[in-house]
Amino acid sequence: MRFVFKTSYEQDLGLFRDAVQRNCYMALFVALLVLPRLVPAFAGDVSLVFIYGLCGLSLMVLAGYTGLVSLGHAAFLGIGAYTHVYFLHDLGAPWIVSVAMAAAVAAAVGILVGLPALRMTGLYLSIATLAFALIIQEAFTRWERVTGGLKGKAVDKPVLFGVSFANEIAFYFLCLAFLIGGLWITGNLLRAPTGRAWVAIRDSEIAAQSMGVNLAIYKTMAFAYSAGLMGVAGALFAHKIGFLAPDIFSVLLSIQFLLMVVVGGLGSLHGAVLGAGFVALLPVLISEARDVVPVWAGTLAGVFGKTAGTAVLHGVDRFVKQPGLEPGIFGLILVLFILFEPLGLYGRWLKLKLYFSLFPLYKRATFRRQRAYMRSERLR
Amino acid sequence: MNFAQGDLLMLGAFTCYMFVVWYGMGYWLAFALAIVIVALFGAVLDATVLRRVIGQPQFAVVMLTIGLGAIFRSFASITWGSEIYTLPTPFSARATRVAGVTVSHEYLSIIVGTVILCAVLYAFFTFTKVGVAMQAASQNQLAAYYMGIPVKRMFSLIWAISAGVAVIAGVLLAPVSLIDINLGFIGLKAFAAAVLGGFGSIPGALVGGLTIGVIELFSGAYLPQGFKDVAAYVVLLAVLAIRPQGMFGTVGRKKV
Repeated sequence: MRFVFKTSYEQDLGLFRDAVQRNCYMALFVALLVLPRLVPAFAGDVSLVFIYGLCGLSLMVLAGYTGLVSLGHAAFLGIGAYTHVYFLHDLGAPWIVSVAMAAAVAAAVGILVGLPALRMTGLYLSIATLAFALIIQEAFTRWERVTGGLKGKAVDKPVLFGVSFANEIAFYFLCLAFLIGGLWITGNLLRAPTGRAWVAIRDSEIAAQSMGVNLAIYKTMAFAYSAGLMGVAGALFAHKIGFLAPDIFSVLLSIQFLLMVVVGGLGSLHGAVLGAGFVALLPVLISEARDVVPVWAGTLAGVFGKTAGTAVLHGVDRFVKQPGLEPGIFGLILVLFILFEPLGLYGRWLKLKLYFSLFPLYKRATFRRQRAYMRSERLR
Repeated sequence: MNFAQGDLLMLGAFTCYMFVVWYGMGYWLAFALAIVIVALFGAVLDATVLRRVIGQPQFAVVMLTIGLGAIFRSFASITWGSEIYTLPTPFSARATRVAGVTVSHEYLSIIVGTVILCAVLYAFFTFTKVGVAMQAASQNQLAAYYMGIPVKRMFSLIWAISAGVAVIAGVLLAPVSLIDINLGFIGLKAFAAAVLGGFGSIPGALVGGLTIGVIELFSGAYLPQGFKDVAAYVVLLAVLAIRPQGMFGTVGRKKV
């Protein structure tokens, strides 16, 4: 264990705890810069991770730090994407302006949703955001003049200050820049009074209120910030998928975002990015596994004779090619994480780190939390 | 709080279909078997999976049931495929004239079934000892423990009952809306109904459900196309903005 003794305010204000941490992040940054050169085939997938990372950040601020669980965040992503494309293509605005507009419109809608949400808590809020997402999805379908309706809308490659980002690798760096920017702003916001107020609201609304936190302002702010970030992510997402259709921004996508936050670990920015990596890369892994697993199973069964081998190969092959399997795997992972690792991937990482730094003295109880027995909001 | 409710409904409808069509059982026998099987499944699910998250924030339960719902849907699509089935019932293609309005037996069965079910549930939760114990367990787990209520068993029982009710709803619904793996999404509307009425109030749930149904019908008839699907949600948002605890919910301030 290393303890850092802070001797000056500069140390307290710095982004990183100490030189070791800073160097680690620098090394990670350099690795990310080099990555597309080493494995250009993965640049597309990893840029999706970055975009999902922005989405994860956005939901993390709302669900992980302010304690407002939204089941409708895909709607904000959709609003961002459609606004961006509308301004960019139909009105011919410059790219950066149109991204800013996407963020602004999404944030404005976020405030609109946040206002009635101020009085709701817990499950009522989840249902309200779900209802909102369904309404917005229907609006995407019906408002054909702007969104193109069910026919969808094609999106060109981004061109920024006359520089084209059509290349996958160039787009990768664009996404990376936005993710780092988002992390930087969010990280600083969370250390500032705003972030502390959010955390206070999450932990106890009444305690926060009695300490002078204005619930209405801070909750609306959290909604607006989260929606705005989602809007930016939406603009990038539009370029990434290249074609917008209303059914992309479904409840299932919102649930995937929640999955991201839970798998990563609620209440940590690392968790948002780790979860994004997990959710974005899992479909890639699954599609790889679809080809590989039947062969393995066939080889394993081949020990018992050639016919058994081919039979198992075909059986397993038919099973893994089922289209309905993927959501099931997502669901299974979600269930397993909630049951066995409520702190998520980042929590697991913290435990590993502590295990090695305290090597013979680690005890599992360090991370045990007191159980809070549930009461319903109903008192009669 | 169970986001997998709609998927249990779907499972129930499929199980019943399987017994009727594949194994050629009678409608009522298949109905009863489906209820028993899915209710048992609900209880087992609670005992093995959901019991572990007791004492964690409610958000965990929400996510857990969302995950379970996804697993059920995936399971159904692998077992029964993604075709659309119709369930033959004794009520099919018959109608009665009631006070000048022709009502088909399918709809009649739904109405009668719903009324009976609501009456039974209401009586169960208000008048029987077990029902009251369940209410206590859902209001305050720890206090219920102290009063000697076997909270864990109560929760399993609640799950069994709610799964059974979901099956009844699914089977009653099956002749009207056909059976496919997306039947579960009706559960979302059920949520809207429950929230509109206010959680934890059976009359509230009934009124909420009726309101949503009526709004959907009227907006389908009088508003431009496309509003039918969202009108209910718009009303839900409006009601929640004015009365955040639903129409019949009670307000309580949490103590710190």
